[in-house]
Amino acid sequence: MSDVIDRPVLEQEASAKSRLRIIDCDVHPSLHARSDLNPFLSKRWQEHLKTYGDHLRTPYIGTTPYPRSSPLIARRDAWPPTGGPPGSDLAFMRKQHLDPLDIEFGILQVLDLFIFSQQNLDFGAAIQRAVNDWQLAHWTSREPRLKASILVGQDDTEAAVAEIERCARIGKYVQINVSPRPNEPLGRHRYWPIYARAQELGLPLGIHVGGYGGHAPTGGGWPSYYTEEHQSNAHSMAATLTSLVIEGVPERFPRLKIVFIEGGFGWIAPAMWRMDQHFERFRDEVPHLKRRPSEYVREHFWFTTQPIDEPDEARHLRSLIEWVGVDRLLFSSDYPHWDFDDPRFAFKTPLSEAERARIFSGNARALYRL
Amino acid sequence: MTRHIVARTTEIPPGGNKVVGIDGRDIVVFHVNGEFFALLNRCPHAGAPLDKAACVARLTSSEPGVYQRSRVGEQLRCAWHGWEFDMRTGQSWFDPKRVKVRTYPVVIEDGETLAKGPYVAETFPVHVEDSYVIVET
Amino acid sequence: MAATRIDCDIHPAVGGTRTTLLPYLDDHWKEQVVSRAIDGLDLTSYPPNMPLSGRSDWRPANGKPGSDLAMVQRGAFDQLGASHAICNVLYGAQAVYDPYMAAAFCKAINDWIAAEWLARDPRLRASIVIPLQAPDLAIEEIERRADDNRFVSVLVLAQGESLLGRRHYWPVWQAAEKYKLPIAIHAGSQYPMAPSSIGWPSYRYEYYLAEAQAFQAQVLSLIYEGVFVKFPGLKAVLMESGVSWLPAFMWRANKTWRGVRVEVPWIDREPAAIMRDHIRLTTQPFDSPPDAAGVADIIDMIGSDKMFLFASDYPHWQFDGDDAIPPHLPASIVSRMCADNPLETFPRLSLAA
Repeated sequence: MSDVIDRPVLEQEASAKSRLRIIDCDVHPSLHARSDLNPFLSKRWQEHLKTYGDHLRTPYIGTTPYPRSSPLIARRDAWPPTGGPPGSDLAFMRKQHLDPLDIEFGILQVLDLFIFSQQNLDFGAAIQRAVNDWQLAHWTSREPRLKASILVGQDDTEAAVAEIERCARIGKYVQINVSPRPNEPLGRHRYWPIYARAQELGLPLGIHVGGYGGHAPTGGGWPSYYTEEHQSNAHSMAATLTSLVIEGVPERFPRLKIVFIEGGFGWIAPAMWRMDQHFERFRDEVPHLKRRPSEYVREHFWFTTQPIDEPDEARHLRSLIEWVGVDRLLFSSDYPHWDFDDPRFAFKTPLSEAERARIFSGNARALYRL
Repeated sequence: MTRHIVARTTEIPPGGNKVVGIDGRDIVVFHVNGEFFALLNRCPHAGAPLDKAACVARLTSSEPGVYQRSRVGEQLRCAWHGWEFDMRTGQSWFDPKRVKVRTYPVVIEDGETLAKGPYVAETFPVHVEDSYVIVET
Repeated sequence: MAATRIDCDIHPAVGGTRTTLLPYLDDHWKEQVVSRAIDGLDLTSYPPNMPLSGRSDWRPANGKPGSDLAMVQRGAFDQLGASHAICNVLYGAQAVYDPYMAAAFCKAINDWIAAEWLARDPRLRASIVIPLQAPDLAIEEIERRADDNRFVSVLVLAQGESLLGRRHYWPVWQAAEKYKLPIAIHAGSQYPMAPSSIGWPSYRYEYYLAEAQAFQAQVLSLIYEGVFVKFPGLKAVLMESGVSWLPAFMWRANKTWRGVRVEVPWIDREPAAIMRDHIRLTTQPFDSPPDAAGVADIIDMIGSDKMFLFASDYPHWQFDGDDAIPPHLPASIVSRMCADNPLETFPRLSLAA
């Protein structure tokens, strides 16, 4: 094999003189404190946030039973010097991430408060409004590079659709987000009103890993370790892809575009092969599917690249990219999380200029109409 | 070999580090267990700054539930993806032969000796009553 | 044994508890089964009439696919060319909650397979069906079969109540290692919870696809809990799991472990290396890439020719025709997977039956 690795391998070290501006499809801004949402909440909900707070299907009020490998799941160098958690300081985010990496646009994904998973649906509806307003007030309006997503708690479908309407009228959001760990698999008909609205509005549906849906991280029980639970994110995304395709969401909503965020992409081609392999055998169970499952994937789904796969041989990464298709991939960093992908070093296989342009910019620009 | 004075020993408390620029490279100097170690301040994985790494014990185990600690503070867990490196040798945990951080020899000298020469490339105020960390590149 | 092609996964079918298994129950359970009409333990995972459960030319005129010994012999041996075959019975004895009932039913299945299948055809072997809900009773069942060399592995379903690596199962794996029985993890679920982290699937098709994730979770659990550290002689065989998901899964495990190793310091080498030593997969279904180059890539990415085990999955409908070997497999893999790998994975195959 190759020799000693003592410095990061630059993907286009020798040749890339052209300055490619990057669209980062997964950036996590953070509340400095929960009270930051107060200006966007009625008194009743300010009080509730302070007293009862979250009601999630998990044992702890303030943390996870699968403690992460670093504080707040973050890179250790991402804590702003002015104080506050990683991702909470716009000036520091500019200095550390947006400016040096020449990020043309960053698509925001707010994870604070797990709005998608709140058991108290009225509280969930209140904080989703607040979070959606906060994104614009604190981030998008101050930094035009950062684009907001309409976060909606999918399990109160009516409230979700109302919030989508409200935010769509404001007009400054680039996608609609739901969780891959809802009460039921996302393909189920109860969620279809959300997809209908998304299609009508021409907004992509974003699905970012995470959430507390009340199920174990695996179908065979609760793992003991974060090492296992972390990898289960990819499994949830594979199951979600299956649900959406097989329930017929792309069949029923042919103009809907769906983005999988932070699932990585290595698992996608085998999932497509598996779906296709068994399609004939189960076809009579799912007569509503008019096309092979992989066709739906190739036309209706996009996948952010982080966490990128790291095979021992660079050419295997090349195979993964070709199997899923360059057009399906959207670069993402996951800043400021620990398993962040640096756009300069993440792709340890050569890409042509055209491929780079699509993965790091063109595909996202077209999808999000930037 | 060029010798560079990078710090007074008292400048870097135990468990702490200092980053210095030498010949256009960032080098991080750690002080742990009475010794000083110097490494290139870039993780070979994706370039993360190692001065922000967690400095922890070297952790091994003979079986599930057993945690054997040694050389406390001399293991670096990179600030980004958590790759582990031995501060002393620069070797990664998971592939010590092929993946490592460049290390640099460190010597400690007292001000009196240093004041006599040989001269070092950068100027650094030297006081005879202090001792100094020298990195050789 | 003069083994040329060992089919590591075929499915004799239990007709019913009150029929097939009744002779193998003691008086108490006979009475319970008859007076309470306890029957019909076909798993939700495999409704007998659904196409996957039985290829149309492998369905007897009467009874479930796999219920007729002669038909199974004609299929697995004559038609598909196996010299030997391992029987994995998927009748859901493991899924009843009463541990004593489960133990009695598992024992009955194992007695039945021994008496009516293994005794009637020396080419047949079987996995021991065990009641994992009561680990001590599972160990009893293993001990009961330990001297019968025709039992070559221990059978569990891909999704039960707890992930297989968990500590409370360790005594069972200790017994399995002691008697040189690999853990055969077969597709199927006990359904004590949603068979997926995202909830309950609507379709059997959807469920079947989700099983790939189930196997992956089990592999991670067995590895990270340290089962192969505690029991270095143990192997786990994934049966009817699909194969092509393995490379990306290996890389993601390696990637995570490199950064989070402090959680599981007893894992002193990369998970993929542990998989190459301790995990095996049957080759039906393979879930192949559409072309030969893709298959060659997958094999190359997996990085071990020892992991593949020939299987037809008879009578499940995974392919048409007489060739149970997935398309485009390199010749070197085919030659290993038919005899060498099964013999190495199931050491008791080499013992006189």
